[in-house]
Amino acid sequence: MNIMKFRPLFLFISLSLLSISAFSLIKWQFKLSSDFTGGSVWEVQFSKDVGRNEVEKIFKESNVSLRDFQLDNKKASLKFVNIDQNQKTTLDEKVKTLDSGYAELKYETVGPILGKELMQKTFVAIILSSLALLLFIGSKFKDFSFGISAVLAMLHDAFILLGAFSLLGHFFGAELDALFVTALLTTLSASVHDTVVTFDRIRELRQKNFKIDWESLANHAVSEVIVRSINNSMTIIFMLLSLVLLGGAITKWFSLALLIGVVCGTYSSTGVAIPLVLLFKRSKTNDKG
Amino acid sequence: MIINLPASQKVSLHWGKLNFDHTFYRPDFSFKIGNFEFKKNLDLRYGLDLAGGSSLLYDIDTTKVPSSDVSSALESLKGNIERRVNLFGISEANVKLTNSSGKNRLEIELPGVEDINQAMTLIGKTAQLSFRGEDTKVTESTTSATFAAAFPNDTGINGGHLVKSTVQINPNDSRPEVSIEFNSEGTKLFEKATKDYLNKRIAIFLDDIPVTYPTVQNVIPDGKAVINGQFDIKSAKELSAQLNAGALPLPITKLSQNTIGATLGKDTINKGIVAGLIGLIVLSLFMIGNYGFLGLISVLSLFIYGLLTLTIYRLIPITLTFPGIVGFILSIGMAVDSNILIFERFKEELRAGKPWNVAMELGFGKAWDSIKDANTCTIITGLILFNPFSWSFLNTSGMVRGFALTLILGIFISIFTGVFVTRNLLRVLAKKNNQL
Repeated sequence: MNIMKFRPLFLFISLSLLSISAFSLIKWQFKLSSDFTGGSVWEVQFSKDVGRNEVEKIFKESNVSLRDFQLDNKKASLKFVNIDQNQKTTLDEKVKTLDSGYAELKYETVGPILGKELMQKTFVAIILSSLALLLFIGSKFKDFSFGISAVLAMLHDAFILLGAFSLLGHFFGAELDALFVTALLTTLSASVHDTVVTFDRIRELRQKNFKIDWESLANHAVSEVIVRSINNSMTIIFMLLSLVLLGGAITKWFSLALLIGVVCGTYSSTGVAIPLVLLFKRSKTNDKG
Repeated sequence: MIINLPASQKVSLHWGKLNFDHTFYRPDFSFKIGNFEFKKNLDLRYGLDLAGGSSLLYDIDTTKVPSSDVSSALESLKGNIERRVNLFGISEANVKLTNSSGKNRLEIELPGVEDINQAMTLIGKTAQLSFRGEDTKVTESTTSATFAAAFPNDTGINGGHLVKSTVQINPNDSRPEVSIEFNSEGTKLFEKATKDYLNKRIAIFLDDIPVTYPTVQNVIPDGKAVINGQFDIKSAKELSAQLNAGALPLPITKLSQNTIGATLGKDTINKGIVAGLIGLIVLSLFMIGNYGFLGLISVLSLFIYGLLTLTIYRLIPITLTFPGIVGFILSIGMAVDSNILIFERFKEELRAGKPWNVAMELGFGKAWDSIKDANTCTIITGLILFNPFSWSFLNTSGMVRGFALTLILGIFISIFTGVFVTRNLLRVLAKKNNQL
């Protein structure tokens, strides 16, 4: 199977995905949740039908500006600015007069400082993981072009995931929250996991037959592991897809993020990491010649 | 999915079975675990996001305290808050000091508490330090009178009047004693109080709990008092810290608050169970469809994996949060991955014309390198997320750490079940095959 001849196609796919991501990131950025921006989220289950206007009126009277208000089947999801406990008590009391049997499902308020910290820490974690994996893979395969390729493929996946969420945020209201950070970092590890398996096969084949050129080596290795790659991704995809489709509201976006990450990770080990290794190898041979 | 699995007793039974299959895994050890399980009622612990409850995060202002005293001030603050939370009657409340990028934080978790207003008022207020005079009529007539009844007379002195409290050593008998110093208003009040209660006792209450009740030996006009008694250094320091905390608690400001209703948590669990089960069924069908008999074996070892993981969750115990469950599900995927790697290798060797059991052993041997390297990478990322040394420049949030912990554990257990358990199951079956 000569998979490496599709390299221009891979390049095209990756470049288009990356540029769509970049475009969306520049144009629409993210819809950040209150984890990042600071603010309050309040979810309330009413016991009877209440009017939208009545709820909005309560907020207006209390001088709390609503950012987002969704009312679905007696369940209200309200997003507003950061308020203090007194303001919250006032809101509680006023909602009680509207519907005495209401139940608070969730109340969350986050100061804006935490969001900044979360972003910084995520950034540090990505850098640190990249370096650690670069060193590990580089030393494991005694060849840093492997390490660099794996890490670049991983960052490629992370970037596409970010872009995908920028798009999803713009069109479907998906929000970036603290959980997303976890999904992003998992994507990194899943991506490398897959790449390492393929690299491992290249190393093994090379030990067997030292004279073979890198391109046929890569082809050989990829065609041997691609069934496993796809099968393995399928298993993770089954688990995640069922969580996306059937899981609760909190689960949905998080699982979707992981799903995108896993699919990307499977693609990038064949479509990005290996072609990058070949690129490194070719430039090396050219230098010699 | 997790809850639907059998209770802990059954888990230990499976431990037994597992060891029956390959006896060289130290049956003694598992027997102990079996016993341990029977003795303890090991319920799975759910985090706030699943069980419902509130969490609060405060910023601690340490700028007003000299840097040498910060750590002791933080400890006494923590002790103070813990006492208040316990006073409120919350079981399993968790008060934690964390450090994030050099900033000190106080994290409070209150499981089951949905009405947080009262708890917050209690936590946020300054400790009420009060000095109350003895009513000798009460203390002399009864021996079992409550403290509050024995010391009914408020002297009007409170924590605000206290400047500081330190531990010093009495030069005469070299015993530790606790000194207190009042501000000008406190000095006047204290002078009056020591006149009123000369040779009687004055009790110091912290949040209505008596801390100490020294007898007044002289009138003290200068606002500097010494409490001496049967102190050792430790108890003197404790008292001094308590007095200081009441007088000068580190100011705290609320950063975030999070309340999850029990219904929402239940909903997440229920939907997660359904989703997980359906995912597992599809996964099992896929594996059996793809690898036939081998697939069946891997589904079996996956089942053992699930039970083992649950046992470990119960034993450590691990508090399950929503991201933790996702980490668990993800590690299931990785457990299957080890099997797929092995089976593909196995098939290759079979195609090369090797006999069944040779091909099997070769498959395992060759796949092992890939499994090891690939999982090491995942563990590296997992460790960075888990942040085992609590480095302040990395994530310290419980949510991300919960995820990382279940992921790391899952990888170790999955290597065990995916490689060793599957291998031994197949070896046992290979023997049978040969006999036939």
